[in-house]
Amino acid sequence: MKKIINSPQDVVPEMVDGLVRSYPEYLKQIPETEAVVRSDQASMKGKVGLVSGGGSGHEPTHAGFVGKGMLSAAVCGQVFTSPTPDQIYAAIKAVNQGKGVFLVIKNYSGDVMNFEMARDMAEMDGIAVKEIIVDDDIAVENSLYTQGKRGVAGTVLMHKLLGAAADQGASLDELETLAKKALPHISTIAVALSAATVPEVGKPGFELADDEIEYGVGIHSEPGYRREKIKPSKELVAELLSKIDEVQHLDATHQYALLINGMGATPLMEQYIFSHDVLNKLAEKNITPVFTKVGNYMTSIDMAGISLTIFELAEQKWLEYLNYPVATVAW
Amino acid sequence: MLTVELTKKWMELFYAQIDQEKAYLSELDTPIGDGDHGNNMKRGVDGVKDSLAKLKDPTLKETLRTIAMALISKVGGASGPLYGTAFLEMAKKCDESQEPAILFAAALEGIKKRGGAKEGDKTMVDVWAPTVKALTDGSFGTEQIKQAVASTKEMIARKGRASYLGERSVGHLDPGAMSSGYLFETFIAAGGVK
Repeated sequence: MKKIINSPQDVVPEMVDGLVRSYPEYLKQIPETEAVVRSDQASMKGKVGLVSGGGSGHEPTHAGFVGKGMLSAAVCGQVFTSPTPDQIYAAIKAVNQGKGVFLVIKNYSGDVMNFEMARDMAEMDGIAVKEIIVDDDIAVENSLYTQGKRGVAGTVLMHKLLGAAADQGASLDELETLAKKALPHISTIAVALSAATVPEVGKPGFELADDEIEYGVGIHSEPGYRREKIKPSKELVAELLSKIDEVQHLDATHQYALLINGMGATPLMEQYIFSHDVLNKLAEKNITPVFTKVGNYMTSIDMAGISLTIFELAEQKWLEYLNYPVATVAW
Repeated sequence: MLTVELTKKWMELFYAQIDQEKAYLSELDTPIGDGDHGNNMKRGVDGVKDSLAKLKDPTLKETLRTIAMALISKVGGASGPLYGTAFLEMAKKCDESQEPAILFAAALEGIKKRGGAKEGDKTMVDVWAPTVKALTDGSFGTEQIKQAVASTKEMIARKGRASYLGERSVGHLDPGAMSSGYLFETFIAAGGVK
């Protein structure tokens, strides 16, 4: 393992400290925690608080999306490990303005349990809390026999949507309605070229041969649905887009937002080539996305690979939310 | 009967066991999870050790509650809430009864409720459920615990991260079942059941 770190157990505290001290105009750390809140406290006045978080290793998610117009706070757990309820609760308390707090949770058993324990603690203190559990990864089927679909890059679009709505004064109930309506329209699928190495583990989460790729891998090296030899970008795009098409039935009469997300070790050069192929493939269906983002938004430490998220903008308002100005480190 | 003294002894032995088997627990977690169960549990038992050392003449309830809060606030992931809930449920129950069978049964209910796992899903429940039963029918013991842990090897995971592997999870012991096995084995070693 070759990483720019001091020691594996200090990765999270040192990363959070470095991030917050580099960007004091956006972020402030809650003392004794690895949770960060907006420095622009005035922008939260009278509004519903928006809190997300999860295991670290997905930077800039989630702390990079804290700021006016997006998240109010983010809680950074250990690498690939959900943060604990006391820390999540500290974040909820820090952003509560009496209008309630909305939680954005990725669908992993640990995240769901820890956030819900924090919600119970907050409710005992009279803070109204509601939540959305994001499960945009279509690589796994929803099934009684698994944890269900995973929360991946589409979570960032959920942050953007809810953050804009909250900033414009949406109530806790309105945020819940918006989140539930938008979620089924967000679909993500990834392809991995190599696995991530968790610092405390010291070796990659799985092995792929030099010429091999795996479709459908999760953001913590969860297994995908098929392995094969590496192919040209346009063929990778064809595979991933066909999977999304099965779920979304892409159609030129609809409006779409596109998020192309690098997994950590894939250069922007390759991400732009992938974008070129996605846009070409969509053009064959006469679809031109009305909103596009390309870059590292929901990474998996040093995994090489890319994910494709398509968000069908079923309501015009959603495009306005995506374009709404924010002041964050990473949007 | 669970007492403060027994609980402290039990936690000392559990600490030593986790400390010793940390790498093995993470190794079990690698093929079917994300390879950090040993590190996460070690953070938890470190927290338990520190918090218990700060207690002065605690009641059993305070002791169990302190263990619960240390696990909840230090472990993270899925194991933190599950182990934490187990001890929290024991703390709630211990005014009524100090019988291990009754306390562990309350803990098991809490784990099932928190995580939603059933027997056969290849989780810690597959050690807790038969062990609670064994405590009532008298078959409780190291052999029984080892068997319960081993039984998870041939199961297909249906909860948590391992569930994404489906049939590929067969042939691997569940790391949470293993750490639960350590919890019960150290309970016996501490003199928990004569």
